[in-house]
Amino acid sequence: MENKETTVLTPEGMQTAPAAPAPVVKRKKNGKIRDTFGDRMLELFTTIVLIILLIIVAYPVIYVISSSFSSNSAIVAGKVVLWPVGFNFDGYSIVFKMDDILLGYRNTIFYTFFGVLIKMFMQITCAYPLSKMNFQGRKAYTRIIVVTMLVNAGMIPLYLVKKSLGLYDNIWAILFSGILGASNVFILRTSFRSSIPGELFDAASIDGANDFQQLWKIGIPLAKATISVVTLYAIVGCWNEYFTAMIYLPTRYDLHPLQLFLRNLLLIATAISSGNDPGAAQTGNTGTSSQQSGTEGLEQIRYSLIVVSTAPVLLAYGIVQKYFKGGVMVGSVKG
Amino acid sequence: MSASSTALPVSANRLTKGQKTWINFKKSWRLHLLMVLPMLYYVLFEALPLYGLQIAFRDYSPADGIMDSAWIGLKHYIDFFSDWEWSNIVVNTVSISLYSILAGFPIPVLLALFIHVNQKKVLKKLTQNVSYIPHFISTVVMVGLLQQLFHTQYGVLAAIYRLFGNYNSPPDLFYLKSSFRHIFVWSGVWQNMGWSTIVYVAALSGVSQELHEAAKIDGASRFRRVLSVDLPAILPTVSIMLIMRFGSIMSVGYEKVYLMQHSMNIDVSEVISTYVYKRGISAGRQSYGTAIGLMNSVINSGMVILVNLIAGWLSDGEAGLF
Repeated sequence: MENKETTVLTPEGMQTAPAAPAPVVKRKKNGKIRDTFGDRMLELFTTIVLIILLIIVAYPVIYVISSSFSSNSAIVAGKVVLWPVGFNFDGYSIVFKMDDILLGYRNTIFYTFFGVLIKMFMQITCAYPLSKMNFQGRKAYTRIIVVTMLVNAGMIPLYLVKKSLGLYDNIWAILFSGILGASNVFILRTSFRSSIPGELFDAASIDGANDFQQLWKIGIPLAKATISVVTLYAIVGCWNEYFTAMIYLPTRYDLHPLQLFLRNLLLIATAISSGNDPGAAQTGNTGTSSQQSGTEGLEQIRYSLIVVSTAPVLLAYGIVQKYFKGGVMVGSVKG
Repeated sequence: MSASSTALPVSANRLTKGQKTWINFKKSWRLHLLMVLPMLYYVLFEALPLYGLQIAFRDYSPADGIMDSAWIGLKHYIDFFSDWEWSNIVVNTVSISLYSILAGFPIPVLLALFIHVNQKKVLKKLTQNVSYIPHFISTVVMVGLLQQLFHTQYGVLAAIYRLFGNYNSPPDLFYLKSSFRHIFVWSGVWQNMGWSTIVYVAALSGVSQELHEAAKIDGASRFRRVLSVDLPAILPTVSIMLIMRFGSIMSVGYEKVYLMQHSMNIDVSEVISTYVYKRGISAGRQSYGTAIGLMNSVINSGMVILVNLIAGWLSDGEAGLF
């Protein structure tokens, strides 16, 4: 498109310039005008930067996936560079036999499923009335939400309130946390307001649809793109949460989400069992055989754990991805 | 709009204010009903904690309850500022946060411009989609990953050392005190730079094509157009993002800091939020923790207002958030 415009405009511009001899326009083989030197350098520069960026982001990801399929001895020997070496599924078969992981998986799926349901129900019911310009009380409600956004009591007063309400050491403590993020409510409100023509609601109300029916039959289906993006935020938030569980489930080991078990397996276990502890760091890090035997077989499992615990969120992202452009833009630019 | 006017009786102007409100309510009671649960949530989990904030000035004990605990005024703050650690903690919080902003804020803006300028469609799409991936990695996994990648024997760094024929172990970056800040900040940049471009790419795609055409006719090169058309167009978005970023200057990503802490780096890694958690919840000194947390959020709000003022002042009132 850009090239078409320049073909039309350049000859005239050239003719009016007195110093220029016959218009010399460099053309590509297909007849399009070549970019100027500066433009081509810019293109080259940005291409190189983007490729470097791609490598920086993709390489660790590929390395982790490859390592999870590689034999442990290959990882330990540093033979895994890009592709799996000694391809096998041992890591995964061990991970899926670990009781902690299965328990954590079960709990996290439970928290994510019901947590997302609760969050979306609350956020939509809160955002929809606020999107109605002729709704009496809209301003008062909005003001309340803005205030909660700016004024926050912090970790411990909330902890005390939840504890006194009995939201402590049980599943409700996790399910009822961070339900109504103000920013999500505003993103949804904006999308109800701007992506759906008001006439549609008017027509529906003339046909006798009440507010519930309008929300269910018009609002939700037409704001689908934004709702799916906000749902993705909720899924990611629930799946990756560990701090809430750490605070509110101090004794109920059986209710711990996957992330807390991962913390035990990936972080605490590593510090104890491998050469990677503070003591070794001080003494110069020359690997001894005892340290190596301590981690025998573990490296591949760790990488498998990382893949297994991250894959579901990435899957959710893949499903929602096609809505991304529309959905995020509503919230970010206009909202 | 039309819904309300058609339903109102012709003699609407003769009704008293109370009657009007009642008619309005009868029409929209379903919307009010929808708001009941959200408002209940805000009362329980936002307003009640605000009431509980007063324990910052009391010697709270769960047995006495909030109102019956002794009022001690600013004693918790005096305690905090006489703790030898306090300046350390505040310096850590601010420096980690400023470092994160300095490193993490400009990169997505630049990246979005690069993506916008580049004309290779496949490369653009690929870069965008791949660079979103790290955002979905959880904090726990991210820290675990860092530990793995910097492992002195099996990590990527060790592999690179060996590649160049150096069979010594690399420095144990994850456990070195001096590298804590860099690892924290740059792993955050790695994780979020792609994701943060979304907003800017969206803003850039909204730049009017006529401006670009006009600039082209005037003979502007592509680089010139980036400077004179694209950049000014996304400046309001950039400033809003920066204001919001500064608003959380005192709340560093404590979930990640907490996981990256260990006895070796505690001097540089203890920040206010982790301190509040440890003293207030783990050690059970709830009113002390509340007091420090309150100080933290007051500074945060102050920063938002300050940066908002500056942004509004610099741009003659155009770039402010409120």
